[in-house]
Order: sequence, then structure tokens, then C-alpha cells
Amino acid sequence: MSALLSLTGVEKVFGGLRAIGGVGFDVAPGSIFGLIGPNGAGKTTLFNVITGVYRPERGKVVFDGEDVTGWAPSRVALRGIARTFQNIRLFRGMTVEQNVMVAGHRIHETSLLDAVLRTRAFAKEEREFQRRARELLEIFGLVALAREPAESLPYGSQRRLEIARALMLSPKLLLLDEPAAGMNSQEAADLEQQIRFLRDELKLTVVLVEHNMSVVMNVCEALHVVDHGETIAEGPPAVIKTHPKVLAAYLGREAEGVEP
Amino acid sequence: MRWPLRFGVAAVVLAVLYGVGLGVEAGLIEYVQRIVLLAGINVILAVGLNLINGTTGQFSIGHAGFMAVGAYTAAFLGEQLAPKLAAALGPGAVASALTFNLALLAGAAMAALAGLAVGAPSLRLKGDYLAIVTLGFGEIIRIVFNNASFLGAATGYYGNSPAGLPPYTTFFWVYSWVIVIVLVVRNLTFSQTGRSLIAIREDEVAAEAMATPTTRLKVTAFTLSAATAGIAGGLFAHLQSGIRPEDFKFEKSIDMIIMIIIGGLGSISGAVIGGVFLAVTLELMRDLQEYRLVLYAALLIAIMLLRPQGLLGSQELGSVLARLRRRARP
Repeated sequence: MSALLSLTGVEKVFGGLRAIGGVGFDVAPGSIFGLIGPNGAGKTTLFNVITGVYRPERGKVVFDGEDVTGWAPSRVALRGIARTFQNIRLFRGMTVEQNVMVAGHRIHETSLLDAVLRTRAFAKEEREFQRRARELLEIFGLVALAREPAESLPYGSQRRLEIARALMLSPKLLLLDEPAAGMNSQEAADLEQQIRFLRDELKLTVVLVEHNMSVVMNVCEALHVVDHGETIAEGPPAVIKTHPKVLAAYLGREAEGVEP
Repeated sequence: MRWPLRFGVAAVVLAVLYGVGLGVEAGLIEYVQRIVLLAGINVILAVGLNLINGTTGQFSIGHAGFMAVGAYTAAFLGEQLAPKLAAALGPGAVASALTFNLALLAGAAMAALAGLAVGAPSLRLKGDYLAIVTLGFGEIIRIVFNNASFLGAATGYYGNSPAGLPPYTTFFWVYSWVIVIVLVVRNLTFSQTGRSLIAIREDEVAAEAMATPTTRLKVTAFTLSAATAGIAGGLFAHLQSGIRPEDFKFEKSIDMIIMIIIGGLGSISGAVIGGVFLAVTLELMRDLQEYRLVLYAALLIAIMLLRPQGLLGSQELGSVLARLRRRARP
């Protein structure tokens, strides 16, 4: 089966600093793929390259058979890649429900004139937006909070709301940037369940950047490890766990050869 | 609402406006009438400016420039159209109403074009570039009118007749336009487009990641906002015997910003309240002309200290009242 997302030789330079130096990997459709590495390794930068926030100096991003390198973020999103952010970026002043509805651009067909004249097509579309938003909020246990301002939610719920909002785009691929950050172990365990649900029930492919190794090892089927913008290892979790370069990157040089 | 019902409601509203207009003209002294009309024009300015500054969060500080474009276009075009339409339809109320509204629409179109020209390049960028560019635009456009001899240059444009511009601006027309513009802006705000505009204000990067066509929407909102300022300009022009470049100085743009800050950025009903408030206080402070800017500064500082979100915050009057009612109930 050909890959849903495929990066080849991606390079990103900021001023004189090479943040990413020739990273490539393939994400199989229907898989849960982990992108890991120490702080500052370039994981979020890779997400930003995939979603069009940054244009890479070299290399290619191919999604679903189409070269999306250098596309504008909104176009990439419309094409089927949705994401969450490491430092939660909700529309803080809007309600929980509206946060989700905003991302409905893929089912948005009526024109500005329909909205101004309040046509029947407009009313129908608004109901559809609301129905879908409620459906997603239901999945993440947020439906009771639909009318609350997003900024009033506790941290863990805000992270889940970000995922619900991303799903409103009906994406094929979901990029999660540290979804377990700041969660306690119970919340993290629930998150694992939800990620599996997204893949099994909603048929999504998931790529996640995560520092919580128990979450990574539990849910990911394939891992790609980067350090200082370079690939240092890839493979299934069992292999990565004992990979000497990975241990060295996380624990320092001294750890080389030490049994985990 | 079904269409026949909508037309029915519209007809009733227009009839009521017409009736009230007759009452205002018969019952109020001219000075008070003028304040009532200026209040309506302010409401249009505030509601339009709020769409871009409040709802979308992109700050324009040169809206007087768009008002000027609308005012001069409507005034000039009205003068050209009036004799032709009067010849075609026979002189009378129908010809002048048609002349006036065509002139207003032309003013709106020209202001929208100016808005597009200013907005399209500067709104491609994130950040406060719009403020800088609109500030420059407002000054440039005023200097252009100051030097356009066919528009009277610095003395101003007074039309072709010695009596000055025709007094087309009546209660009926001002408030018909107020209703149309408030409805259009409200319907736009409470839609996917409006949600997207608010999302751009809240977090532009996230909005983009959610497939929002941010540049296109920002330019659309800004262009519409400029068009409403153009309508207000046309109404303002035909309220006086003439218009002068100095009617559209930087202070005018600041007046508009004060209106929407008082009412609460992002709130349509707040903009309405702010617009009326400013029309009334401006008149009350007529004797204190030279202290006006000092008083405004004091007012703004007081708002920032006591109620930084403005009177209504970004909420609408309806939801604020509903909450107060709930709280009052035991």
C-alpha cells in the first residue's frame, strides 16, 4: 500500500540555523505514527512544514498522491490535513461549539449573499454545521459545555476541544502536537483510547508528536526519531525502545551500551 | 421568514419610518433634527467600522478617508445625475430619490474600490500594517481633495447651484439605510463568514490551519466596511450645503474609533449605542470645542480603567439583557 503522507529530503533553514536537515518518512494509511525526539529536535517544525506554515528549502511533501509542498496552510487543511497545536490555540473568546463550527469550511457551500438574505439553504447549512459540531463534541465528552466560552475549560478539555475542532474539517490525516502535555495519567490513558477510536472508527491516519513515552509506546505502530533535525532511527516501538542512538539522544552519550 | 412576509414587514417598517420622519420634521426644531440625522449617520459609520476593527480585529484608523471618497463621489455624481433624471422622469420626489440613492450607491462603490486598493496589499500581512496604511490613506485622500480644483479644492464642493448641495438627506433615507446596513452586518456576523472573521481576530494562525481563507475574508470585511463609510459620507454630504476636505480630518477617524470603543469592540448593538452617544455629546460639547480632544482622551482613559471591554464587551444587547433578567430573578 502506498503511503498517505510521504516526506522526502525535507530541509528547513532559519537564518543560519539548519532546523531540519534532510528528513524523510512515509506514513501508511490507517496507521498511528509517532514522531519523537528530544526538545528542539525539529518535530514541531516538521509539522509546520507539512501543514504549509513553513516552506521547506529543499525536499517534498506528498499527501494522498499530491505534491503539497509550499501550499498555503488553509489549502493544505482543505485538502485533508488537520492539526492541533503544542501551545493550545483555541479561539478563546468564542464558545466551545463555535470553535468547532469555524472549521466547517469543507462543507461550507452557501455564499455571502445567502447569509445576508438568510435563505433556506443558509438555514439548512447552519443546522448541519451545528449537528456535526454536536456530534464531535459528544465524542469528546464536551457537549454539555457547548455554550461555554472556550477559555473557561480546564486544560485537558481544551486539548480535546482542539482535536474536535480539527475533526470538523473531516480530514484524512490528523497531526497531534503533544496532545498529552499537561495531562495526568488518567487523562493520558483516556487520550490513548480516543486516539485509537479516531483510527478505528473514523478511519483516520494519526501522526503524533509526544513526549509522554508511555502514550507513544502504547498507541504508536511506527516511530520516527529525530534529533538536531536529523533522522536517527525509525521502526516499531519495540525496536526504538532499545535503539542505542535513541537512548543516547534522550539520556546522553554516557548511556550508550547501557541496558534499559 | 418567507419572502412575502419579509416584504410585508419591510413595507410596514418603511411606512413607519416615513411617518416618524414627517413627525420629526414637523415637531422638532432644525437643530435637534440635525442631531437625529447625524446620530443615524454615526450609527452607519460605527457599525461599518466595527466589522473590521471589532469583529475581525484588524485596526483601521483612516476611515474618514473612505467617508470622504463616498461623500465627494455622491455629491459630485448627484449634481451630474439630477438634471438628467429630472428631464427623464419629470422633476419631483421620484427623480430626486432616485438621484440620491444612485449617488449613494456610487459613493459606496468608489469607497469599496478604495478599500480594496488599500486592503488587498496590506491585509496579506499579519499584524498592524493596516493601521499604518489606513492612516496614510486618510491623509493622502484629504490632500487629494484639497487640491482637486473641479471639487472646489480647499474651499470645498458646493455643487452647481448657489444654494449648495440639495438637502436630500432626510430622516426617512438616513434611517432606511441604517436599518439595511445594520441588518446586512448582523446577518453577516452571525454566519460562517462572521465566525471565521472572529476566529481571525482570536488566532489567525489557528484560523488558517482550520482552512479559513484568511486574506480573502479580511479583504472582504474591509471592503464592506469601506463601502458603509462611503454611504455615510454620501448621507453626510447632502445634509450640508457642501463638503470640505477638513470635514474628513484624522479627528473624524478617531471619532469613529471612540464610538466603537465606547460601545464595545465587536458588538453591533454597542456600535449603535456608541454612534448615537457621540452625536449627542458632540453637540452638547459645542461650546467646549477646543477642549473636545481633551475630554475624549479623558473619556477613553476612564473607559480603559473602569470598563476596558466597552459598554457591552463583544456581546450583543439582547444577550446582555437576558443575562441581567436571569440574575434579577430570585
